Amino acid sequence: MGNFLASRKGIILVGLVIGVIAVTLQKLGNPANMGICVACFERDIAGSLGFHRAAVVQYMRPEIIGLVLGAFFVSIFTKEYQPRAGSSTIIRFFLGVFAMIGALVFLGCPWRALLRLAGGDWNAIVGIAGLAVGIGFGVLFLKNGYNLGRTYKVNKAAGWVFPAIMLGLFAMLIFQFKVSDAGPLFFSEKGPGSQFAPVAVSIAAGIFIGGIVQRSRFCTMGAIRDIIMARDFHLMTGVIALLVSATLLNLVYGQFKPGFESQPIAHTVHLWNFLGMVLAGLAFALAGGCPGRQLILSGEGDSDAAVFVVGMIVGAGISHNFLLASSPAGTGAYGPAAVVIGLLFCAVIGFTMKEKMS
Amino acid sequence: MSSQVDARGLSCPQPVVLTQKAIKEGKTSFEVLVSNVVSKENVIRCVQNNKMKAEAVEDGDEFKIIVSK
Repeated sequence: MGNFLASRKGIILVGLVIGVIAVTLQKLGNPANMGICVACFERDIAGSLGFHRAAVVQYMRPEIIGLVLGAFFVSIFTKEYQPRAGSSTIIRFFLGVFAMIGALVFLGCPWRALLRLAGGDWNAIVGIAGLAVGIGFGVLFLKNGYNLGRTYKVNKAAGWVFPAIMLGLFAMLIFQFKVSDAGPLFFSEKGPGSQFAPVAVSIAAGIFIGGIVQRSRFCTMGAIRDIIMARDFHLMTGVIALLVSATLLNLVYGQFKPGFESQPIAHTVHLWNFLGMVLAGLAFALAGGCPGRQLILSGEGDSDAAVFVVGMIVGAGISHNFLLASSPAGTGAYGPAAVVIGLLFCAVIGFTMKEKMS
Repeated sequence: MSSQVDARGLSCPQPVVLTQKAIKEGKTSFEVLVSNVVSKENVIRCVQNNKMKAEAVEDGDEFKIIVSK
């Protein structure tokens, strides 16, 4: 049986659809150029749970929950659900932490980088260039034998845990769960965290995208990596399709505002926009997937990907608690230092992690 | 020259990296073992991009991809 969404036409269709849904979510209330941003939304979830207290970025984003659940349901239906674990777990955790630190210096994951570009935010070009350079270094490590080792099949329940936790988080959102008047859950009263599409739309969009990304293997990091590594443009056609549909729809909605200055939830410090995404790109490449893909893998039962996601959520807490995250005013006080440390971490991992192949 | 590349349990993109390595080494007939559908699809695409033939055989939860010229 063929898998249409994994074909050339299929991946283009998936890219087009993600672009349309993301920009429409912006129209319906999500922050500007942030219809879906895996890094930003995981950061908002960290804030909603009180892992950081940046009051403007706290919301239990249903899109993230939906991506995991959509992939979970579809992979069970297609019998691709496969609980697995055991591939250098702690390293994947810290790759997630540093990926988030880098992404929050730029202010966006690769999906948001595309959506920012589609909205006319030219700073995204700098970020995407950084992303490509980071992935390029990742490919060099891969070609020199970098490998986090094999996963092993584990008990079925090990794969359910993460989707089940996501369901629990969704229930907390629906019932507006509060430990005390002070939270958690925390909800932003102003700023990006206070801007969101209706919950029903967000969760449906997340589940739908989770399903089609699971089927199509859409991955932004993989798109760039496959070109550098194997001259394979398959995934890139999907990424370009996303960019095209999002740009066109932004024009239709009047959301396209070209320029570098005064872009929504963005800054113009080019050096750190670039280096933040070098770090994120390298961490994604070493972990084997962009943050969206990691959510999908988590839904398919991959515990190591789930640990990467948890690492990103913890990384968001670290970023906002210790003044690493950027804001529209520019980089955080210690963001640049953290990016340098993250690059060193990734370099050490890249040089040292080699599985002995028989 | 026939041989086997064992990429079972390896996550993306390792199965493709190992397949590419085998092709670069000049191997024209070999098998690749992978343990999930995504890896199978990726390896097949890699082989076809290198203008070689790939045939997948399902083996329980795993797949064997037979690569030939």
